[in-house]
Amino acid sequence: MSTIELRKLTKAFGSFVAVRDADLSVSAGEVVCLLGPSGCGKTTMLRMIAGLERATAGDVIIGGKRMNELPADQRNIAMVFQFYALYPALTVGQNIAMPLHYEKLSPADSSARVKRVADILHLTTVLDRLPGQISEGEKQRVAVARAIVRDPNCFLFDEPLSRLDVELRHTMRSQIKEVLQGLSKATVIVTHDQLEALTMADRIAIMRDGSIEQVSTPHGVFARPANVFVASFIGTPQMNLFEADLKASAGGTADVTFGGAPLRLQTDPAVGRLAPASKVTIGVRPRGLTPVSLAAPDTITTAAELIEPMGAETLIHVRGPNKSDLRVVVPREKRVAIGEALHLRCDPRQTHVFDAQGQAVRT
Amino acid sequence: MADIITKTPIWEKLGFRKASGVSEAGWGHTALAAIVSLIYFFPVLVIIITSFKLQTDALAVPAKLFPTSLFGLLPESMTFKPTLENFTSVFSRAFTNGGAVENTGFDRFFFNSLFIAGTSVLLALVIGTLAAFGFSRYPLKGNDTYLFIILTTRMLPAVVVIIPVMLMLRVVGLSGSYLGIILLYTAFNLPFTIWMMKSFFDELSPDVEDAARIDGSSDRRVFFKICLPQVLAGLAATFVFGIILTWNEFLFALLLSSVDTRTVPVAMSQAVSGGGIGVLWGLLAAIETLFLIPVFLVTFFMQNQLLRGVTFGTVKR
Repeated sequence: MSTIELRKLTKAFGSFVAVRDADLSVSAGEVVCLLGPSGCGKTTMLRMIAGLERATAGDVIIGGKRMNELPADQRNIAMVFQFYALYPALTVGQNIAMPLHYEKLSPADSSARVKRVADILHLTTVLDRLPGQISEGEKQRVAVARAIVRDPNCFLFDEPLSRLDVELRHTMRSQIKEVLQGLSKATVIVTHDQLEALTMADRIAIMRDGSIEQVSTPHGVFARPANVFVASFIGTPQMNLFEADLKASAGGTADVTFGGAPLRLQTDPAVGRLAPASKVTIGVRPRGLTPVSLAAPDTITTAAELIEPMGAETLIHVRGPNKSDLRVVVPREKRVAIGEALHLRCDPRQTHVFDAQGQAVRT
Repeated sequence: MADIITKTPIWEKLGFRKASGVSEAGWGHTALAAIVSLIYFFPVLVIIITSFKLQTDALAVPAKLFPTSLFGLLPESMTFKPTLENFTSVFSRAFTNGGAVENTGFDRFFFNSLFIAGTSVLLALVIGTLAAFGFSRYPLKGNDTYLFIILTTRMLPAVVVIIPVMLMLRVVGLSGSYLGIILLYTAFNLPFTIWMMKSFFDELSPDVEDAARIDGSSDRRVFFKICLPQVLAGLAATFVFGIILTWNEFLFALLLSSVDTRTVPVAMSQAVSGGGIGVLWGLLAAIETLFLIPVFLVTFFMQNQLLRGVTFGTVKR
């Protein structure tokens, strides 16, 4: 079985803890993305799975076998590196054939295997060239080809698309996804690009400062962020997050004061559990705010400050109560002038309440 | 209107284009560079010319620089008649006036120089490359200190260490033998080889080696199949520098070689000073010219590798 399981995995470099108590399991055929800002420990985690870095504590279990002490060359793993790490002195064909060294194939078998993956990834015409003589996109495909040429325990990708231009990134993303779907292996992809994670992953593990903050489906991390960090990290434009004082809450309706102004919100009924007068953070996505014509108890009164047309929609930066900055996305047809007053109503399905510790309050 | 038309400065008309950005140099700069390099090359040129002169021509003042009168264009006093006599007498000549022609032993000395320099540089390259890889990839505790200590062995002037080295070789019975001098030169080349090769290994991308490990390569395979092919230019550069250093080395060779293992620089000094008739300039120049050829050939054929070697890491990957 091709599975990966991490139990309380920890890595410390001296006094700096790069990964702290990470638990994660990836089942066969599943693609899990490690997503987080630079320096959050996602690459370190991947390198521990690969055996390039020794875990300080915790276990790495691949295919049901504990592999903590096993060096990288005995783990039977395939990895695609951020900078492809092609062997510069070997031809593309030799590069792809390199992992077959594992299996002690005859030269004929080996070249048949190389040819097969070269066909899949459209590399047949460049097999005799050196890595220095092919394009970035081809290098990327060679790196993938080298990974899928044999039958490893699992696949690891470290920022696989970060070096490609936008257009190539789109095609490679779907190409990699397609290749992975046919292989039913546990796959871990490290990325800092949320779009990449949202499109490629079955589940996303969001990391910050060495800890996993939330593991959920792409839909889950977007619609039900576990805490303020995940809420602010996922989604573009960024979710509006503002602090408010909870006055009273019952049956899915909460009365809060936001910058001195009262505001009534439709929220999750669980908010009723919070003590009255506690500090909360309200999160509403820019697309969850709708301008309405008249002020009401459930609207925030703001003034438009900056208007950024984005094509299909328009992003408006508004100034709310207590000089807070909010972002609103409105349809293109909606014309707004700078300085115009906007009364914003929050979509109840897109309104998140976080407690004083930043954790989401939800049933 | 007139003041808009910019006047071409005189130096630009002469081919000295103003240096701005990247463009080909003008004729003026090229000619200037040619003159400067000719000044640098002049001593070598004089040696080569002198090697074709008879003793009388070699001693003439002012120097006769041209082997031909260019169909009477140049006066007699500036030209000489080229001869190959010096080159034949490098290898065999009559030592006393009217005496029999004898072998001078220079064929042996040239072989010695080639053999000793070649073997010791190759040996240093093998040991030094392995050591450099170790220092680069498996650093010891206090790695830099070790590297510094290795370098300090080259900080002392040769004259300071020559006496203990001589005694050491004498005690172990290697004085004057090929093995002794080859080992000595290997040790002499090692610090430089290690430092140079380490810098080449340091430049390599660690990702590539990680990838090779994940692809199932052992450390040995990583070294031979992945790392070594990437530093070929570095190996070539180190080899050439080592050859040049060893080929020209005089002091150790003077004190530690015997008649059988004498190298050309030592033999040269003895051949020209003897005889009691002053320095035989033509002969000296002929030996030097011959002595130049191997290093010239090595450098010439490896110049591309050499250039890549010394500029390694200075360009974007």
